[in-house]
Amino acid sequence: MTVEAHTDIAVVGAGPAGLSAALNAARSGQTVTLIDAQPGRGGQIWRGAKVDTPHPAATLLHALDACPNVRWPGQTEIAWVEASGDDRTLILHGPDGLTRLHTGRVILATGAVERFLPFPGWTLPGVTGAGALQAMVKAGLDVRGARVVVAGSGPLLLAVAAGLRQAGARVLGIAEQAPLASAARFGLAAARLGGKARESAGLAWALRGVGYWPGTYPVLAEGNGTLERVTLRRAGRNTTLDCEWLAVGFGLVPETRVAALLGCALTDSGAVQVDAWGQTSVRGVYAAGEITGVGGVDKALHEGTVAGCAASGQIERLRDAAATSARHSAFQAALDRAFTLRPELRELPAPHTVICRCEDVTHAQLRTQAGWTDAKLQTRCGMGACQGRVCGPATEALYGWRFSGVRPPLTPLPISDLLTPP
Amino acid sequence: MPELWIEGRAVRVPDGSSVLAALQNAGIRTLRQSLSGEPRGALCGMGSCLECRALVDGRVVRTCLTPVRDGQHITLFAEGVHDR
Repeated sequence: MTVEAHTDIAVVGAGPAGLSAALNAARSGQTVTLIDAQPGRGGQIWRGAKVDTPHPAATLLHALDACPNVRWPGQTEIAWVEASGDDRTLILHGPDGLTRLHTGRVILATGAVERFLPFPGWTLPGVTGAGALQAMVKAGLDVRGARVVVAGSGPLLLAVAAGLRQAGARVLGIAEQAPLASAARFGLAAARLGGKARESAGLAWALRGVGYWPGTYPVLAEGNGTLERVTLRRAGRNTTLDCEWLAVGFGLVPETRVAALLGCALTDSGAVQVDAWGQTSVRGVYAAGEITGVGGVDKALHEGTVAGCAASGQIERLRDAAATSARHSAFQAALDRAFTLRPELRELPAPHTVICRCEDVTHAQLRTQAGWTDAKLQTRCGMGACQGRVCGPATEALYGWRFSGVRPPLTPLPISDLLTPP
Repeated sequence: MPELWIEGRAVRVPDGSSVLAALQNAGIRTLRQSLSGEPRGALCGMGSCLECRALVDGRVVRTCLTPVRDGQHITLFAEGVHDR
């Protein structure tokens, strides 16, 4: 059944940016609908956050629960959008079918996804994203006593390793592809920013005794049916480690699919372009958090506040916002510089290595293609179940292609939900 | 603790788990066979890669986004069988 619903402001994504946007927008008295695919609020970083636990997210969730004008349907995703003038209709898909949500303004807080870089063996069960393994553990995966190698790039690896260790895993080490000098420079940059220093010290304590190997990256994952060992390369020398899990992610990529459907312009680095008030190139559509550039939770909370206030007409509350925004931009730039991907990573796939997991398209088939469109036409790359969510960012890194495959519906829908009359 | 049926086998799992975690904790890391017959397991843990899809009570779902509920029947995509 298709349900009709109305809201003044729709917030897409219930992570830190979305929660802070929803709360600040709600303070204007207008109605707010918060949309997220997950069963709970908090996004990836605050996954599983509960109101009754001492957690930084708890204050925010408490305040939101006290707002009678905020709706939270849960487990709901945007399937497609219809726009005419300033009126927009978001077609939402949830457990009970489709909802047509009519809204004036939209705040996009869809966050980021991990970048996966293919190497021989990366499709073996047991090889997951870095944030992915952490998410699985938060959702109940038991890793007690399991041997885990954490690899890839960026500060997320440290948080992931600390979380896994706390859950009882044996973290064998953290392989960071960036050289030591870059990682250390980033550490210093972070320490100069208020609040980040304490976070770093906490992580260092949680990870005491765990090896941090800069300039190191995975070149091979092997096992009979599931992962049994990983080979890491450092300065031209290979080391093989026995393990049950390899948590490997090469940074985060803004998740801009809904923004693309709405027609929002992107920056050269693939983030959604916004002005000082968080408004995108489309009037009435705002963006906040990782989709405007990956910069962490503090940036997300700040931008959520800015977008929430601006979208609901409370500009007077944003007098000091510009200085804070500048500080977060500096942090984001430092992050980008420190964890630039090394060129050797592009040489990792063997000819038979699968790049597109949905359609089993190999490196040999793809490397001769001229670009994303040719690859789709000739090989079906990116045309499977995930619609290029995994191979899109991978082919950008490997071949320098520009992903351009966003088509509605954004999520696979049961035919029965489409055919049922309203 | 909810009780689910994984491939016909009864399993008790903690409340609040995802169906994916229930499968993984039952020792099932291979969730489907790829088009060319390779074993595949969950990759992204947050609903974008679709590697973790399985049948829960007859519907294709992403198991990482699906909370466990008492009495659920979970069926994997067996060898040679695909949802397309």
